[in-house]
Formats: sequence, C-alpha cells, structure tokens
Amino acid sequence: MHLAVYLPLLFPLFAAPGARRLADRLEPRPATWLLTAGAVVLAAGSTTVLGLLALAGLVRIPLVARLAELSPAVLARDDPARVPVAVVAALLLVAASVAGSRFAYRRVRAVCAAFLEAACFPGQNPLVIVEERAADAFAMPGLPGRIVVSTGMLESLDAAEREILLAHERAHLRGQHYLFTAAVQLAAAVNPLLRPLAGQVAYTLERWADEAAVLESGDRRRVAVTVGKAALAAKNSGGRRRLPAAALGLLGGPRRREEPGPVPRRVAALLSPRPAGGRWRGAVAAVYLTAAALCTADAVQDLHEVMKRAKGG
Amino acid sequence: MDGHDRTGTPHEGDRRLANGQREAEVVAVLRSASGPLTPREVLERIGGDLAYSTVVTILTRLYEKDVLTRAAHGRAFAYAPATDEPGFAARKMRQAMEEVPDREGVLTRFVDDLSSRDEALLRRLLGGDLDAGR
Repeated sequence: MHLAVYLPLLFPLFAAPGARRLADRLEPRPATWLLTAGAVVLAAGSTTVLGLLALAGLVRIPLVARLAELSPAVLARDDPARVPVAVVAALLLVAASVAGSRFAYRRVRAVCAAFLEAACFPGQNPLVIVEERAADAFAMPGLPGRIVVSTGMLESLDAAEREILLAHERAHLRGQHYLFTAAVQLAAAVNPLLRPLAGQVAYTLERWADEAAVLESGDRRRVAVTVGKAALAAKNSGGRRRLPAAALGLLGGPRRREEPGPVPRRVAALLSPRPAGGRWRGAVAAVYLTAAALCTADAVQDLHEVMKRAKGG
Repeated sequence: MDGHDRTGTPHEGDRRLANGQREAEVVAVLRSASGPLTPREVLERIGGDLAYSTVVTILTRLYEKDVLTRAAHGRAFAYAPATDEPGFAARKMRQAMEEVPDREGVLTRFVDDLSSRDEALLRRLLGGDLDAGR
C-alpha cells in the first residue's frame, strides 16, 4: 500500500487550529454542524485506516492467509503493511474501540437517566425550580425536556434576565444539543487528537443558545450581561459543581493559561455584532473533510485491490 | 384531639405529642414513597403497633389540614404530600441526576466555571452593568 494510506491519520492533527477559528467566525449553528460532522468523519477515517493496517498485518500470518485462501507470495510482494506497523495499528484500534465503547455505554446510560427523570417529574411545565442558594441552571433532555434553575440563580437575575436564561436553555432543548455533544465527544474518545474539536463544539452550542436568546430578547448587550451576572453569581455562591476530570479530558484538557475561558469568550462574542461571514472558512473546512473522506475511501480501495490479487494469484 | 384547648392536662399533652410524632412519621413515609399510598400501604411501611383506624384518622386529619392531597383509589383513598410537592419532586430529580456518573455530558449548564482571570476579564468587558439591578 502506498503512503497515501496513512493520510487519514494525519488529517485530525491539523483540524484543531482551524476548528477554533471556525468557532469564532462562523455563525454558531453551521459551525456546530460542521465541527461535529468533521469530528465524526475524521474519527471514522482514522479508525478505518487503523483497521486496514491491522487487517493487512493479519493476513501475513500464514494460518490466516491459508484460511482466507490468499496467496502468501502475492501478499509478500505487495507488502500491504509492515508487521511492526500492523501491530501498532492493531493495538491502537483496540484502544480506540475500548474507549469508544466505554464512552457510548456511559453516555447512553446518562441520557436514559435524564429522560427517565425528566419524564417522572410531574406536569408538563419545562421549568423546574430547585430550592438552593448556589446559583445554577441547566437544561436536561427528555420528553418534555426540563430546565432546572436554582432559587439562588433566580435571585441574582431580574425578570428580563430570567427570560433570557430561559430562552437560552429552551434553545438547547429545542435543538437537541445533547446529541451534538455526544457525537463529537464519541469521536474524541475514539481519537484523542480530536479533543479540541469537542471543546469548540461545547462553545458553539452555548453560542447557538446565546444567539437564540438574542433573537427573543432583541438585546445583545442584555444577553451578554445576563451571562456575566449568572457566571459571577455561580462563582460567588459557591457553586459546588466542578467539571469532573474525565469531562475536562474530553474537552481538550486544561486550557492554556493565557486563553480566556468560555464565559468571557461568549460575552465578547455577544458584545460584537452577530457573526455573518466565515463562509469561505466553512468552504475550506468542507473541502478538507471531503479530502479526508476521499483518502479513506482510497485506502479501503487499495487494500481491496491487494486482496483481490492475492486471491487470484 | 383537635377540639382540645391548649391548656390540657399533662396526660392530654402527652397524647398530643404522640400524635404529632405519628403525623410526622406518616408524612415522612408519604414523602419517601414514589406515589400516593393507601392507609393500608402506609401502615405496612410504618410497622409498629398502630391500628389501621388510627392511620386512617391521622391521614384524614392531615388531609383536612391541607398537608396531604387524596384521590379515590378503589374503596379507599390514596394520599400524597400536598405542600411543597413540586419542590420535593425537584429535589428528588436533582438528587437522582447527581448520582449519574456522566451527567455533565448530558446536562447543558448555563455558565461554566469562572477562573479569577476570567472574572477580571468579565468585569473589564461589562463594567458597571454587572452590578446593576441586584
């Protein structure tokens, strides 16, 4: 197999810097779709190539070649993958499969738990108020989805700001945002090089909901102030919920010190005009992903050809 | 008991205390239940030496005080806590989610954690607006 086979393994490496720019410049909704689809395509591509390399190594084992009725002579001549490479690929493939299955199992359980709890709560009103001094608010997917807000959070906002908070959380529920999170984090679990993309999607989903709140309230600055006030209230009321280490890992690890966190970044985006451009960046990203997909298809085709020759020879 | 005045004999005071305790027990049982309970079910969960008719009396009295709601359930009534019911359900829901290992991946929180650097940056971006109306 020629060197192009390894290309799908390289594509994720260069996706991270582009992802951040896309998240900043593109409208949040297309940015979310593009980044999520991108992560899935790149993860599928790299996993497929690992599988191909492992398979190519597997057929070099004489017993396997005999069972599959493949000619060892042809395989030795075409040399689809060197044995050490195949062994490394097989190990990585096992690691990726284990990480992916573990993630999927845990996430499916958590989603089921949320749906169950949301369904068990009496009434159809999505708003659930919890007596708690710590300021906290989150959306919980379900049928119907619920918006859980603590009394501490309600007290730190005025009426208009509470409406903004609810509009933001409603947008999360309406857009089924937990599915984007699950898809991009699954990709990141399978291929850790894609973790930065998961972090950017976490951000663009918040931006998506922020922009929905702007549409409802008609006041960008007010939404920015609400986000800021809520974040300060959560911090000062001793919000006990820290992200667990596992979630931080999936979101790209502790960020570099000089970079602002997601809250100031959202506020800054809200204080600027609504992003309208970024079309060419989106196009470049789409081309990049298409290239990755084509390279993967080419690699599959390549191994297929070798196998066909080995079968006939 | 309800008709008695506050300055009863010591003996009546004891009985009132005992009744208060039983009421609290009954409410606790109903709060920890997943749905409304009939007097028979309450009796089973409380155990002890209470008579069925005593449980019915306690439940009826709590219903009359608006502490409980009730709905026809076969030939009996099924009782559930009335006051603070949504608050109770909300707490229960919150608690259940706390125990889910991967919950942060499913719940979309309004605001993330804020570092001290982020806070300073936020104050620079928004200035005095942050403290208005609080």
